[in-house]
Amino acid sequence: MDHILEVTGLNNSYKDFSLTDVSFTLPEDCITGFIGVNGAGKTTTIRTILGLTHKTSGSIKIFGKDMESNEQELKNRIGIVLDEGYFYDELTMDEMKSIIAPAYSGWSDKDYKEYLDRFSLNPRQKIATLSRGMRMKFALTLALSHGADLLIMDEPTSGLDPLIRSQLLEIMKDYMKQGGKGVFFSTHITSDLDKIADMLILIHGGKILFEQDRDILLDNYRLVKGDSKALNNENKKLFLNIQTTDFGFAGVTDKLLEVQKSMSDILVERPTIEDIMLAYIEGGQK
Amino acid sequence: MKILISNASDKPLYQQIKEQIIDAILKGELAEGDPLPSIRSFANDIKVSVLTIRRVYDELEQEGFTTSQVGIGTFVSTGNVELLRDSKRHMVEKQMQELIDTAKTLNITKEELNAMMDILYEED
Repeated sequence: MDHILEVTGLNNSYKDFSLTDVSFTLPEDCITGFIGVNGAGKTTTIRTILGLTHKTSGSIKIFGKDMESNEQELKNRIGIVLDEGYFYDELTMDEMKSIIAPAYSGWSDKDYKEYLDRFSLNPRQKIATLSRGMRMKFALTLALSHGADLLIMDEPTSGLDPLIRSQLLEIMKDYMKQGGKGVFFSTHITSDLDKIADMLILIHGGKILFEQDRDILLDNYRLVKGDSKALNNENKKLFLNIQTTDFGFAGVTDKLLEVQKSMSDILVERPTIEDIMLAYIEGGQK
Repeated sequence: MKILISNASDKPLYQQIKEQIIDAILKGELAEGDPLPSIRSFANDIKVSVLTIRRVYDELEQEGFTTSQVGIGTFVSTGNVELLRDSKRHMVEKQMQELIDTAKTLNITKEELNAMMDILYEED
């Protein structure tokens, strides 16, 4: 399988925060969710991939080519949606478009108009007057109108209502149907990922905690509930995290068989992505 | 073809999907040469990852249930009767595995299980 994006040994340090040995790969034809709590390093990683911040060390390859030495060519093939938007408020959408379009060799006015229509955006409206949802749709329109092969989005769904979020997810699915594409998007809303992500990467404190096929992840872990009395120092180690109340405990494990051997009368459920994410983060803090 | 995925099942998703496709082939719901859905649309429809479907298709091909043509798609292949027989045997093995797993969780020993099997087999 070809890799669309390959990040190797990325290090970056700021005064209060650093990325440590961030490495991961995006396979072709996959939607990859980049998850983590606020301040985990999602935006920093994305900005570093795009060359918007300096990195101390590490390499970034997109479509097998080094990002630094082929930046112009590669950026032509990437559609970018950043959290802040980076638009001039005083301009209309059409005016903004005419500033951005010449930067891309593959710009298509036809695609641009189709997406505006699809999103019911009026190109003569001033950017300052757009709602958060409309801004996102406009950013996505620009990102999708130059035949990009890789879509990189930073928190595209945050602050949007469920209807707009589901529209956005539909657009991503349609985009992937073309084949040979890739989507990389960061989010802390894990329910969006339940619906569409193929791969999941979890970052926390500037380090990658896991990089895994979503379904394998969901298959490997189980949420176990039972009587707190059944817990001892040995079987506690089988869990990533354990929450206990007066009425019992709940914990996430990837060693269900061993748990079943060491305690009876337990409830076993499939966890959500959020359960696993929180278990990893809490487990790491122990 | 009907594919139902259970979140309550202990079986991995790829296995649930694969077994149901094999069932459909064995029951004749899918015939020689029938195309399987494209990976992306199949994944979207049943809400699993494309990697899961890719794994299902890879394993089906390895086990001889399908053939794939690059750029065209994946097609059902029923040419091999022996293979089908094998796979039915395989189904029995799988059910035995489930049986053993259940027995283990109930602390039923291998000897007890064998004794039960003997009695039930003779009854038929």
